[in-house]
Amino acid sequence: MTSADLATILPEIFLAVYAMVALLVAVYTGKDRVASLLSWISAAVLIAVAIWISVSGDLTRVAFGGMFVDDGFARFAKVTVLFAAAIVLILSEGFFSRRGSLIFEYPILVVLSVIGMMMMISAGDVIALYMGLELQSLALYVVASIRRDSVRSTEAGLKYFILGALSSGLLLYGASLTYGYAGTTLFSGIYAAATDGHVGIGLLLGLTFMLAGMAFKVSAVPFHMWTPDVYEGAPTPVTAFFATAPKMAAMAMIARALYDAFGAAVADWQQILALLAVLSMYLGALAGIGQRDIKRLMAYSSITHMGFALMGLAAGTERGVQAMLIYMAIYVTMNIGTFAFILSMERDGQHVTRIDGLNMLSKREPVKAMAMLVLLFSLAGVPPLVGFFGKFAVLTAALDAGLVWLAVLGAIASVIAAFYYLRIVYYMYFGSDEGPAIDGSMSVVQVTVLVGAAALMVLGVVNLFGLDGMAASAAASLVN
Amino acid sequence: MTAIILFAPLVGAIICGLFWRMIGERAGMITATGLLFLACFLSWIVFFTVGEPQSITLLRWIDSGSLVADWAIRLDRLTAIMLVVVTTVSAFVHLYSFGYMDHDINFPEGEPYKARFFAFLSLFSFAMLALVTADNLVQMFFGWEGVGLASYLLIGFYYRKESAGEAAMKAFIVNRVGDFGFALGIAGLFFMVDSVQLNDVFAAAPTLAESTVSFLWRDWNAANLLAFLLFVGAMGKSAQFFLHTWLPDAMEGPTPVSALIHAATMVTAGVFLVCRMSPLMEYAADTRTFIVYIGAITAFFAATIGLVQNDIKRVIAYSTCSQLGYMFVAAGVGMYSAAMFHLLTHAFFKAMLFLGAGSVIHGMHHEQDMRNYGGLKAKLPVTYWIMMIGTLAITGVGIPLTGIGFAGFISKDAIIESAWAGGTTASSFGFWMLVIAAAFTSFYSWRLMFMTFYGKPKGDHHTHEHAHESPRVMLIPLVALAFGAAFSGMIWHGSFFGHTEQVARFFEIPLAAEATAETNGAVATEEHAEAATEGHGADAGAQHEAFGGAPGQGAIFFGPDNHVLTNAHEAPVWVKVSPFIAMLLGFGLSWLFYVRSPQLPAQLAKNQPVLYRFLLNKWYFDEIYDAIFVRPVRALGRLLWKRGDVSIIDGGINGLAMGIIPYFTRLAGRAQSGYIFHYAAAMVVGIVVLVTWMSIVGN
Repeated sequence: MTSADLATILPEIFLAVYAMVALLVAVYTGKDRVASLLSWISAAVLIAVAIWISVSGDLTRVAFGGMFVDDGFARFAKVTVLFAAAIVLILSEGFFSRRGSLIFEYPILVVLSVIGMMMMISAGDVIALYMGLELQSLALYVVASIRRDSVRSTEAGLKYFILGALSSGLLLYGASLTYGYAGTTLFSGIYAAATDGHVGIGLLLGLTFMLAGMAFKVSAVPFHMWTPDVYEGAPTPVTAFFATAPKMAAMAMIARALYDAFGAAVADWQQILALLAVLSMYLGALAGIGQRDIKRLMAYSSITHMGFALMGLAAGTERGVQAMLIYMAIYVTMNIGTFAFILSMERDGQHVTRIDGLNMLSKREPVKAMAMLVLLFSLAGVPPLVGFFGKFAVLTAALDAGLVWLAVLGAIASVIAAFYYLRIVYYMYFGSDEGPAIDGSMSVVQVTVLVGAAALMVLGVVNLFGLDGMAASAAASLVN
Repeated sequence: MTAIILFAPLVGAIICGLFWRMIGERAGMITATGLLFLACFLSWIVFFTVGEPQSITLLRWIDSGSLVADWAIRLDRLTAIMLVVVTTVSAFVHLYSFGYMDHDINFPEGEPYKARFFAFLSLFSFAMLALVTADNLVQMFFGWEGVGLASYLLIGFYYRKESAGEAAMKAFIVNRVGDFGFALGIAGLFFMVDSVQLNDVFAAAPTLAESTVSFLWRDWNAANLLAFLLFVGAMGKSAQFFLHTWLPDAMEGPTPVSALIHAATMVTAGVFLVCRMSPLMEYAADTRTFIVYIGAITAFFAATIGLVQNDIKRVIAYSTCSQLGYMFVAAGVGMYSAAMFHLLTHAFFKAMLFLGAGSVIHGMHHEQDMRNYGGLKAKLPVTYWIMMIGTLAITGVGIPLTGIGFAGFISKDAIIESAWAGGTTASSFGFWMLVIAAAFTSFYSWRLMFMTFYGKPKGDHHTHEHAHESPRVMLIPLVALAFGAAFSGMIWHGSFFGHTEQVARFFEIPLAAEATAETNGAVATEEHAEAATEGHGADAGAQHEAFGGAPGQGAIFFGPDNHVLTNAHEAPVWVKVSPFIAMLLGFGLSWLFYVRSPQLPAQLAKNQPVLYRFLLNKWYFDEIYDAIFVRPVRALGRLLWKRGDVSIIDGGINGLAMGIIPYFTRLAGRAQSGYIFHYAAAMVVGIVVLVTWMSIVGN
């Protein structure tokens, strides 16, 4: 353990120290009374770390003998995760405070899970990967059931925990198989064990099991079953968190594991990813049609979107990784904006999530409805909004890799999925005036996030804010 | 100057069409008309000063690979003739329209339509000028399609009339067939020559004659095939046999339109194209034979239909069709100058006939059926005299063997003599057909005159009481055109159909003697010059020269073996007087039928019902086309619409969206049971499938 190693993981160490100090301070001072302040400070710290990471040069540094990798790819993913977590944290603070249910553990748990995610993103070793994954997951299990007095929240947390344990088991089983056949847990070692162009069946099975365990985290079909229930049951701010930062982190983790450890078996994992991608896209699209609850709908929406991101990875090329990063960054932005709106949905002071409450929203709240329309069109991938370019990137990557059938299936799935986004737009603009309509007002933060995200979707068409180039260099640092 | 001629009508169309709301309808109309008179004036200057063929490049239009097309004006005698024809007729038609389009009953009170009409007329003039000034085939195609568009817009000008809309579509669609041929021809020329510039194409013509090109199922002689394809385009635009059906229906448009587009200018674009491509045509003997046959058949067949039509405009329409056949025969036998000559004179007298007919229709409150006319001589005196001059011109009245006569007499005789001099089977067929058609022409033209202006008033007597002479603004153009109809033949006879030397000077064609001195390569020999003996008319005895020069050097090109002009001048007397005799025959019969004993036509129709119906129904062409093309296509369209689109595509998509997708949605909803062991089972099944898959495929 040299100072160079420590310098490499300094952001993670800093966040961990911050989390523990904050916990102690909060416990010995005002407890829940300082929760609001703590949320804002935590968000500020997360953003500070994000800025720190993004300006920390473009070198590739390896620490602890290869167990921790800090490269362009990791920095891209981490910055996305940190910003997403910070904004969701601020949104959560408003939501919980309004209902008097903000507890001081919440921001700390979010920070801890973010540390886990950063670990996942940078892991260059199976053990390090598992450590990050569990740190993240444990924190998420707790935040899922953070409303201890709510049966649904508790149920959601429990379901997530049990199924998460199963997935961890699969992952660990795969890791042990891999270790057995490669003789090392280091990604570089696993890669070396297969460099003569032939990957043994043992390693392949290890890969399959590990991939299954990791697919659970991005809720890829058939490891997605927890998603709708947890999204619906967990408090809405927690859902918003689930839908954004952890997805980016898990996607990055999968990408790194596949390229760094199993880069010699592209043809093999390509098949698995393509299968998972197709299943996710279609199940998300088909099942989402039947949903009347916007949180469940967003669960299926995120399943579909993960299918598209996996399509980018399935291409097995640098272009594919780039497309996946673009797709995920856009996806996270769209989802944060959408959830800012969902958090504001209430009637008679009660938070409601049924989509028929949106009937004729355009008459009462034209700005909100218009922002939401932009976001929904973007989620559906309607040109010329930014969401279209995400889909375009992954479809092009799949085409270039010769996976024409996958691209065609993806295009069809996006048409089917467009239905439920357009239905919300239909309700907002052409629905009936009867029925229970939402009547809540939005906080300044929510409006800012919602309208800001919508504006990004429109303005981004110019050059995607340079996202293309950043993702390209990030992908280059991973694949080479 | 030519640029002003070309773009003045466009400017007029834009100002009148788009800005009349600002400057007022009348101001717009005056602007458009004024600009056309300006173009007309300049055109006449150009006509008298034009020299060596030259090309004036205005801008680079297309530059893609080896396809280069400039927007350029090719200025030579051919262009100059067309400039004069187009701008003169167009300017007078604009002027005439002031009167004719005033108070149109097809539009409700207060609906502005005049500015639109004038804008379309000017737009047409621009497109036509673009066509005739083109120095490459792409630009010509632009004009070609532009006149098609303007024709469509103007035929369907009375858009509330269903028949007008249908006629407009018919004209447009039938022209598609011809345009397809034209486009193929251009593409073929580009394929063979690698250029669309006329000069390059002309220079390559001798080479083309010796190369073959593979098209459809066999190899063809390149020059013949390409000339043929271009001629298909000409057939469509000039309403030749098989593609003629749109022209009579085009009479649904306002009468000034018929005069401008469907008599004087657009329909002659095909003739112009053949003459413009004369260097290519000279090397495509088989195609020229085809042209002669088509032209002769058209001239004959359209004349037969014209014998029995009762609508005054349709009679003139069939007459136009027939006269276009004459021009093609001339072009087909190689006398391009005679074709252009007839084009010029025909433009004057046919535009005048149409405008005269318009004057009658205007005076008779939009009554077009000649059976309801009669005795209008007194009511419409000026119109009567105008129509009389037109009829004398078209039937070919003159003093045989002297070169004195109305325009049609001189140019038509030139064509008939050329046909006789062609010396092939096709050209003798053409000769006889044209002579017979000349008799028919005389018959139906005089029939029109007798039914309209002589006899007793028939039909609604109320209309006859209110019949009135047209306003001066309509009569001035008529009088002006009457001068052309009367004298244009005599004035330019020498230039178009005189001695070789004269014609060569007019069209800037080098003579063989000079050419031999210059290039040492022309084939013309001394024999030809000696063999040529007597000329036509007063200049008899002058020494004849043969045409020479390379393809594209003059405005038109006569091949080294083309001696039609000299031979035509040697035609025996009986050939020269035959059209005159045919004319007298037609006149006599017509007089017998419609003045002497007016009951004869009805009796004849009763005695020969089959023939009468055959002619009245225009040889049943519309019915045949309806059965062969229209119905099957409509049935196919219906099939694709009802079965293909509605059943298969819409049905498939709707079935998928409303039947199959919801089924899967329900299935997915049921799988989401909420039981954690179901979820775990799904994961286990998933991993089992993946592991199995990898075990089988992985190694």
